[in-house]
Amino acid sequence: MGIVSPGFQGRPRTAEPALPPGQYLTQDFPVLSAGPTPRVPLDTWEFVLTTETGAEYRWSWDELMGLPQETPHVDIHCVTHWSKLGTDWQGVSLDTLLDGVDTAARYALAHSYGGYTTNLPLDDLRGGRAWVAHTYDGGPLPAEHGGPARLLVPHLYFWKSAKWVRGIRLLTDDQPGFWETAGYHDYGDPWREQRYQGD
Amino acid sequence: MAVPTTGDRVAAPLTWRVARLVERRVETPTAQTLMLEVPGWPGHRPGQHVDIRLTAADGYQAARSYSLAAPAEGERIAVTVQRVPDGEVSPYLTDTYAEGDPVEVRGPIGGWFVWRADETAPVLLVGGGSGVVPLMAMVRARREAGNRAPFRLIYSVRTPDDVFYAEELRRRTRDDQGLDVAYVYTRAAPEGWRGEPHRIGLADVNTHGWPPDLEPLCYVCGPTGFVEAVADLLVGLGHPTRRVKTERFGPTG
Repeated sequence: MGIVSPGFQGRPRTAEPALPPGQYLTQDFPVLSAGPTPRVPLDTWEFVLTTETGAEYRWSWDELMGLPQETPHVDIHCVTHWSKLGTDWQGVSLDTLLDGVDTAARYALAHSYGGYTTNLPLDDLRGGRAWVAHTYDGGPLPAEHGGPARLLVPHLYFWKSAKWVRGIRLLTDDQPGFWETAGYHDYGDPWREQRYQGD
Repeated sequence: MAVPTTGDRVAAPLTWRVARLVERRVETPTAQTLMLEVPGWPGHRPGQHVDIRLTAADGYQAARSYSLAAPAEGERIAVTVQRVPDGEVSPYLTDTYAEGDPVEVRGPIGGWFVWRADETAPVLLVGGGSGVVPLMAMVRARREAGNRAPFRLIYSVRTPDDVFYAEELRRRTRDDQGLDVAYVYTRAAPEGWRGEPHRIGLADVNTHGWPPDLEPLCYVCGPTGFVEAVADLLVGLGHPTRRVKTERFGPTG
């Protein structure tokens, strides 16, 4: 327990659902990004998976839409302390994209239109836990939330769910991404409150 | 574009430190600056923020992020808190929190939305509402460092009564050589102000900002819609995206 701040009671919380430590519920959808929102036309959009040997697997927008679609209903948790429960998405599972990709890599570095990067263990992109999502709440994903498509990895803090995702590079060694280089945690498990390096 | 880099990796774990309120300054009817004494504070760069954590008697905790409003004075830091009516943390900090009382503070956090006091490039700061807070830290750090980089601040605010640091900004505009401040009022303008209240637009950014060929560093902070609009305007005017740094905030309590 921390140092008690006299007179602080917090919100009534008998009805609070289980949240990761340090998180509060929001109904809004706040935005955290480092720069201007990239605008990516669908006819030039592509998603590229690159293996550790340099082999490339590419999907155009139409090709992505032609893959089996899933509709994850998930809670999301931002390192800036907000959580949003029961969000609805549509996208393509990373299991589908990685199917048939010959790799022995253990790490992945997602990269975005605009230059953003974030790292994850490859295992965290597998097992029905990660998607390339293009639809939010029944409509096209708005640009400020990462549209036309973003990574969706809801079991990690949301900065790992790279907006405007352009591709994933598979790596044999872990390579920290944008926020990780700026002091944020390499893994980012909300339930273990891995916000910053050293947590 | 090139992949942005953020400088040195932070090595040491960030620890929670016990901070105590030493002074409270009223900025507007709904915003206050809290001066906190944080023993062991390691210092910070303008634009960084802290997490503030409150603990109730039954062990319940709530934490929020707040921008640092000024360079540290030794182990003293300043945060400016806008009271959110239905908030959980900000009403406590503005209404209940008393001098000498403890909170926990963790930081400094953030290595991207920062200005380095040895930079010489012109700087454009565009703040919406309480988004002016980290920008004010940059204005104050510039003066403290004796830095002469030309600074322009465009401050979008609802009414004159909502201006944070109003007196200090008046004084600095007069005394800090190379600092210009322009206001955009969205609801009500003061007597004698030319123009009607409006949301910030291309003309405001073009008139009060820097042309892209001077290669300014641009920092934009405010609510999401404001930052989206201003960042798009800057890119539309020809500023390269890598020189436009943004910090968006949603509701905080």
